Amino acid sequence: MDTNHDPALASSGLQARQQWMYTLAHADIADLLPFETQLKTESYQLIRPPEIGMAMVRGRMGATGEPFNLGEMTVTRCVVQTNEACIGYSYIAGRDKKHAELAALVDAYLQGTRHRFWMCQIIELLDARRLSRQAGKARQNASTRVDFFTLVRGEDDVA
Amino acid sequence: MYVAVKGGERAIENAHRLLAHKRRGNPEAPELAVSQIREQMFLAVARVMSEGALHDPGLAALALKQAAGDLVEAVFLLRAYRTTLPRFCGSRPLDTGEMRIERRISASYKDLPGGQRLGATFDYTHRLLDFALLAEGEYPAPRMDAPPPAASASAPEGDAVPHVMHLLAREGLVEEAGSPNGAPVSAPPPDITREPISFPAARAKRLQILARGDEGFLLALGYSTQRGYGRNHPFAGEIRIGRVDVWLETEELPFPVPTGEIEVSECEMLNQFVGGRGQPPQFTRGYGLAFGQAERKAMAMALIDRALRAGEYGEEAGAPAQQEEFVLAHCDNVEAAGFVSHLKLPHYVDFQSELDLIRTLRREYLNAQTPGPRPAHADAAHGEAHDTLEETHS
Repeated sequence: MDTNHDPALASSGLQARQQWMYTLAHADIADLLPFETQLKTESYQLIRPPEIGMAMVRGRMGATGEPFNLGEMTVTRCVVQTNEACIGYSYIAGRDKKHAELAALVDAYLQGTRHRFWMCQIIELLDARRLSRQAGKARQNASTRVDFFTLVRGEDDVA
Repeated sequence: MYVAVKGGERAIENAHRLLAHKRRGNPEAPELAVSQIREQMFLAVARVMSEGALHDPGLAALALKQAAGDLVEAVFLLRAYRTTLPRFCGSRPLDTGEMRIERRISASYKDLPGGQRLGATFDYTHRLLDFALLAEGEYPAPRMDAPPPAASASAPEGDAVPHVMHLLAREGLVEEAGSPNGAPVSAPPPDITREPISFPAARAKRLQILARGDEGFLLALGYSTQRGYGRNHPFAGEIRIGRVDVWLETEELPFPVPTGEIEVSECEMLNQFVGGRGQPPQFTRGYGLAFGQAERKAMAMALIDRALRAGEYGEEAGAPAQQEEFVLAHCDNVEAAGFVSHLKLPHYVDFQSELDLIRTLRREYLNAQTPGPRPAHADAAHGEAHDTLEETHS
């Protein structure tokens, strides 16, 4: 989440929203599905039904230079409106329409009066799951870290 | 004259049915699931995604299944599919410095901040066939949940590590990233899927073309630079593979929208350069980036990126890898396969006219060779050949 430090965003509260959208986008759909019934208890409107499309992914020359187009990725987006007139958005990597719809619903509810409830109910859980997934991968990876050692060869006349 | 040829529909239909039948193979062997390809053939999936210019492991696996493992055909299928989808928006440039690293090596520095991690690699294997994989039944993959060795606990694993190039750039030993002749960062990069290519091409366009270029072609050209055809003395400054977050710049939301993560392979080559044209002596660089685990592709791309920058450094550009138009116009395997494949299309009329021409020329040639009355056997031989050709084309 370090790429998008923007003071204007932080002050407007948009950064908090960005953070929960991050959590939703990085969630495993299997972790989100158990909340489907709960999320769909109240009626809501599909402003933009889940739609599959693409986003052009950009890289930077030499990792930090000017941008160039690397290639596209599939993305599914969705917009919903709740009874409280909150509008939720999602842009989710891949082609899972269910994921996009549920993520948009959570985004909408998090902007409503029961914000605290949904944060505890879903976001905190998804965050914990993601972090533990990432930690697991990092642990596996760490075992392939190279620890160099140099053999002592005695005096080296030619420096 | 264009002569429409009809017929063959039935044969085509049956040929496709036969292909489907053959693709299934012996029904006593279990059918290959797309998820198996995605999970167990992930390197093929990565290649199809990169050259298909569309990141979607599931679709790349499907394309591989449908193409019966023909990579170039699978790339074509993915490219064709991408033309059916709307493009919502572009992403912010990936920040590979924030990568969750799976593999990270440097051939330039031994002890670099963040350390070297081999990740899942074929390097250091003995390239001996592993007959354990041939065994019937379940193959028990080795467990990977052992705690890391204590010596590795010095740096928090999984955290972002800085690029090697920063170390050199701080001292001015390597040129700044990005092209000195490029457009300002604020402008969206040119897009070869929307604008036709013209030469000379901006580096951003070159990189986009190389990113979707055929790995075999780029590898061979990269190799040619190492063998002396446009030598540029590369070092693998850093190779890293891992997952990076993608942030979208959408039309309707006033902030970058997180959309998930993708796996990419990145290669930064360091190349020797002694200075000149008002530039101090410093290393130059070539850059490679590809979807998925695609280290060889990223390395080849970095070699070619640098080779194509010969002009920027006033280097003589006589080798094939330095010829921009040659490299960029021929590295796309969908285009290349298409044009080669078109030779299979009916050329009956073209060929007939060529045949007539050859016959006329041969008659003239033979007449010139044998002044006076022609011997009888020559006529006979000519006539025979003529009849045989007619038969094959009737």
